Amino acid sequence: MSEHTLHFKPAEGFRARSKAVVDSPFLRQSFRGAMDFLMSKRAAQFPDPEELESLRSLGEAIRQYNLAKLPDLLLQLESRLTVNGIKVHWAETPDEANAIILGIVEGHGATRMVKGKSMVSEEIELNHAAEAAGIEALESDMGEYIVQLANEKPSHIIMPAIHKTKEEIARLFHEKVPGVDYTDNVDALIQIGRNVLRRKFLEAEIGLSGVNFAVAETGTLCLVENEGNGRMCTTAPAIHIAITGIEKIVEKLEHVPPLLSLLTRSATGQNISTYFNMISSPRKPGEKDGPEEVHLVLLDNGRSQAYADEQLRKTLQCIRCGACMNHCPVYTRIGGHAYGTTYPGPIGKIISPHMLGLDATAGLTTASSLCGACGEVCPVKIPIPELLIRLRNEAFSAPQAKPAMRGQGAGHSPLISAIWRGWALVYRSPALYRAASWLGSRFGWLLPAHQGAWTSVREPLRPAPQRLRDRLKERNKA
Amino acid sequence: MSARDRILGKLRQNAPSTVRSLPDVAAWYASHRPSETADARVARFRHYIELAHAEVYSVSRGDWTATLHQVLKARGIDRLLVAEGTPHGELALDELPPRGVECSLYDMAIEAWKSELFNATPASLTAARGAIAETGTLILWPDEKEPRLMSLVPPVHIVLLDATKIHNTFHEAMTSEGWADGLPTNALLISGPSKTADIQQTLAYGAHGPKELIVLLLEGEA
Repeated sequence: MSEHTLHFKPAEGFRARSKAVVDSPFLRQSFRGAMDFLMSKRAAQFPDPEELESLRSLGEAIRQYNLAKLPDLLLQLESRLTVNGIKVHWAETPDEANAIILGIVEGHGATRMVKGKSMVSEEIELNHAAEAAGIEALESDMGEYIVQLANEKPSHIIMPAIHKTKEEIARLFHEKVPGVDYTDNVDALIQIGRNVLRRKFLEAEIGLSGVNFAVAETGTLCLVENEGNGRMCTTAPAIHIAITGIEKIVEKLEHVPPLLSLLTRSATGQNISTYFNMISSPRKPGEKDGPEEVHLVLLDNGRSQAYADEQLRKTLQCIRCGACMNHCPVYTRIGGHAYGTTYPGPIGKIISPHMLGLDATAGLTTASSLCGACGEVCPVKIPIPELLIRLRNEAFSAPQAKPAMRGQGAGHSPLISAIWRGWALVYRSPALYRAASWLGSRFGWLLPAHQGAWTSVREPLRPAPQRLRDRLKERNKA
Repeated sequence: MSARDRILGKLRQNAPSTVRSLPDVAAWYASHRPSETADARVARFRHYIELAHAEVYSVSRGDWTATLHQVLKARGIDRLLVAEGTPHGELALDELPPRGVECSLYDMAIEAWKSELFNATPASLTAARGAIAETGTLILWPDEKEPRLMSLVPPVHIVLLDATKIHNTFHEAMTSEGWADGLPTNALLISGPSKTADIQQTLAYGAHGPKELIVLLLEGEA
């Protein structure tokens, strides 16, 4: 792989990456502006609070119903798709998924792949695996194309290039796309991307896409998009490979309209996306276009771990709208790259530990003020703050014999646990509490003058020389 | 054991014991999306698709090809991709060439003429199967005569829509037409020209698909 190859680096360096964004007025402005824009667009789509609430409840019920039947629905989907002529593959890990996809590509002697937007393909880092195998994997969503050209990762699951200004993109195109003069006119920039990518759609043998909903009863893969690149990737090349997490499944076709409405309104504040693309089979005899072969790769990658626990299972209700990040005060200030995970923001904090283990992500669970905004806007009512608290407990409690999660107890510190146990003891016993507060009032002067971040802008914390209880006693005597 | 068996095994081992009842989607739509008159549906469809930057022309069954010709002429387009063997395609084939518009046909598999479709096809005409008022959405079911790329590759896509086929909601369209009993290779909802806001949230049209979407709305008696 080239020296530019980027990999996600969860947790490690989180503070440094956050600080870099907070210290950059440009990045802060980019994220603040974009999040304000997306929040107001969403709010305008839900003028009636009753409608919003009842639709969210319906969305939640649909997702929970389908998750409850997940193993059966996966089998139903597999058999419907097979009848329809779509080949189904199963992958437990990212490596398995990459091997399946590259196996299909190489089996056809193909070297060129165009990609529609797929966060699952980011999750398995398909582009790097393809590069290593000598296969060109080109992103065709405008935002994804921009971040790929810049050798970066998406910083938002819906708007991948949200961290970039048009001037940066103008310089990038000028430097990286042959024969392009500098222009920061957005229409002109989009036309440049369109022209480059049209040639690629024409030439590529393989089209790769994600899946927004997979319908079990009809064997249908549904894709939501605005640009038309998803339709290009799934129609123009001879082979279409779709990849999805095992949770994105609904039993009934009728489950799709409410979820689609919640998705587009919550994500970008559109009443519907420009295209909703429903694919149920490869090209049939007599049809003149469409891929000759369609494949679906079903990826687990830790989802079955979340599934095993009733509370954690709610994580899998997610329809990937990104509203939780748009409304998150932490995401808005530090942006998507700081998290170091494929999925940033609140949803990233609750799904990534299942994919990467709590040992790699323990710190992320604490990167939240628990303000509750994410849970309030979630279109399928995932109790994100509740799940964050649960994950904190899993990460920081003493290692257990039968942990619910990989990496449970990774953040555990015997010293900190002992301090908290001591604290609990003191606060449960009036005699101990009185003794401790007396000691505090006598020996508080022993506390250091420099108390970390607190004293950088404040006076040091010291217990008062006289306790409240003593002052009250004196006053009552008087 | 295969990955499939391992994944299913893990899920089965931990599947919830309680069965949830099937959510009543129809009841939600019945209480939140009351049925509308045909006129109201047409007006709403038009409002929303125009908001999404599509152009809509009301046309009559007798002379819609005249409007089609004007639309093409206004853009300096003298070549139109049409579907042979469809009523609207045949009508266009009869009436446009005498007015100076060459009609090309999607009469062979894409592999034989991909480059021409991508590089030398400025506009296409297709029919819509129906539409959705709630979101200003066209429903297309591409088929052998009117293949999938017709509504995607040419920069200008012109769609003929019968106003009597506008449904109130997506849910109503799929349930009243029994979509769950059989979907085509590809079913599409199209709600405007291709667009993107990926550069600084600035909306730009013509990202990868059509730059312009033009709806010829057939109204009046059959």
